[in-house]
Amino acid sequence: MSEFLEIFKQYHWDDVKASIYNKNHIDVEEALHNPKRGLEDFKALVSPAASAYLEPMAQLSHQLTQKRFGKTLQMYIPLYLSNECNNICTYCGFSLDNKIKRKTLSPIEIMQEVSVIKNMGYDHVLLVTGEANQTVHVDYFKKVLDLIRPHFSHISMEVQPLDQEDYEALIPLGLNTVLVYQETYHQEDYKKHHPKGKKSNFEYRLATPDRLGRAGIHKMGLGVLIGLEDWRTDCFFTALHLQYLEKTYWQTKYSLSFPRLRPFSGGLEPKVAMNDRELAQLICAYRIFNEEVELSISTRESTSFRNHIIKMGITSISAGSKTNPGGYTVAPESLEQFEISDERSPQEIAQMIKNSGYEVVWKDWDQVL
Amino acid sequence: MLKIADKTFKSRLFTGTGKFGSAKLMEEALLASESELVTVALKRVDLQHKEDDILQHLNHSHLNLLPNTSGVRNAKEAVYAAQLAREALETNWVKLEIHPDPKYLMPDPIETLLATEELAKLGFIVLPYIHADPVLCKRLEDAGTAAVMPLGSPIGSNKGLKTIDFLEIIISQSKVPVVIDAGIGAPSDAAKAMEIGADAVLVNTAIAVAGNPVEMAIAFKMAVEAGRKAYEAKLAKTVNHAVASSPLTSFLDV
Repeated sequence: MSEFLEIFKQYHWDDVKASIYNKNHIDVEEALHNPKRGLEDFKALVSPAASAYLEPMAQLSHQLTQKRFGKTLQMYIPLYLSNECNNICTYCGFSLDNKIKRKTLSPIEIMQEVSVIKNMGYDHVLLVTGEANQTVHVDYFKKVLDLIRPHFSHISMEVQPLDQEDYEALIPLGLNTVLVYQETYHQEDYKKHHPKGKKSNFEYRLATPDRLGRAGIHKMGLGVLIGLEDWRTDCFFTALHLQYLEKTYWQTKYSLSFPRLRPFSGGLEPKVAMNDRELAQLICAYRIFNEEVELSISTRESTSFRNHIIKMGITSISAGSKTNPGGYTVAPESLEQFEISDERSPQEIAQMIKNSGYEVVWKDWDQVL
Repeated sequence: MLKIADKTFKSRLFTGTGKFGSAKLMEEALLASESELVTVALKRVDLQHKEDDILQHLNHSHLNLLPNTSGVRNAKEAVYAAQLAREALETNWVKLEIHPDPKYLMPDPIETLLATEELAKLGFIVLPYIHADPVLCKRLEDAGTAAVMPLGSPIGSNKGLKTIDFLEIIISQSKVPVVIDAGIGAPSDAAKAMEIGADAVLVNTAIAVAGNPVEMAIAFKMAVEAGRKAYEAKLAKTVNHAVASSPLTSFLDV
């Protein structure tokens, strides 16, 4: 049972959307100057009215981020373990109805991939799989954690939502962070995008952060897939969820991501397009709303966008990513989950970060903690 | 000279190593500050490889490392982290930071006291980061702490000495050095801390995030020196009523 579900039910998508679109420049200016910002301020900051305030929002976001996080950027990289999946998701290359060759990495293959990642300089890895409970299940994750824990200070995971006891079993093995994106908070359309598989259960997915919080996870990542529904409304619900979680599971850290739908094999055109200006507005809005939350940008975004957005609130960044199992060395030609946009090497990204006056942080956690 | 445990310090400005734009800039700022005690987060250091970038830039004979346990959430984790730091960095000094709350990084007083008791027994020189709680400070003294490090305001907030009333109580009754940590945002805050009798201040964000960290480090150095000098010279008292420069009753003292 999700405690958040009770809060979620008090909100209606269309009302929230209308409220956001009705915000005006006075609301935006109040939000920018309010020392204790709330959800109404967040609505103003993501509203169309705020687009005229992008520069002052960016300046404020920059200042707030430097105050809390300093002039640093954390580096991480995904390690795709499997593209097997039992779900049908209309927007994903791993979807069950996408007739492609499936692959799950063996222990030997995982270590081959780890070796390449370590040589790139990484110390923080994000494990990713599709949702195939018969093959990539909790026992598989336990074995993977045992295998790779000696090689990384910080291990994150983005896999299918699990039960609380599963998280409780994985955390002592070295699992630090779990990312679980709701994809969309639009409950009716969620069903359209996820017609088959365990993922079609909206409420089970919505309750995942609660299960993670109760299990005592160190950090969790939230977000929606931008392009499925109205992004302003979806991101309001993310902010609502974040606010609830921070108050309830106060010992957990939080991060936010804002993946935009990318091209993939058999792909769906985004229902809602979000341009770079709007994504920059969203990133600034999140930072101004919440000064402590970590904000992450992936290789989905373009070189130019990433070069500039790192000064506008971002605290972690991936580079050199492959989104297919074995993509680094074992099976470079296997199916990607989505196409990446910024193909620069980690060293090139690190140099860009340094040139921008920031320190590249490869390690900011330790197994002993 | 300030003495903490078996070490003496000419500088009363302690510094942190986080948030700088580069390790080189950090090094330049720390050298400019003339600080002799610098905290370094265990979680940022590669304990297995001593050629770690941060450690390389801290390799100066006058710089004493003070590993901190930032990231731990309870006494048990803190003790373990301190032991690893002792082994890897060859120092038995530790800045004890236990903040289970990642939002405001508020220190946990109960776990901090428990960890101090344990670490003191194990021979550590413990400098705990705490809320400005006078009673907790006395309990920590009993537990064997080498100094106390109460916060001026929330960490990284640059809000200055919001807890000043409690800091003054702590300073007035402490038997161990009082290092004001967290929240010091400007050299004037540091000077004020020294004027009220703090033994030292610890500054990180205000230097690291400044437009020119090296110049700001120098400004803090000067402010700490001025504040200490003012304290030693005994500040004139403030009063609410007028004090005549030619008192009428002075003839009675003759």
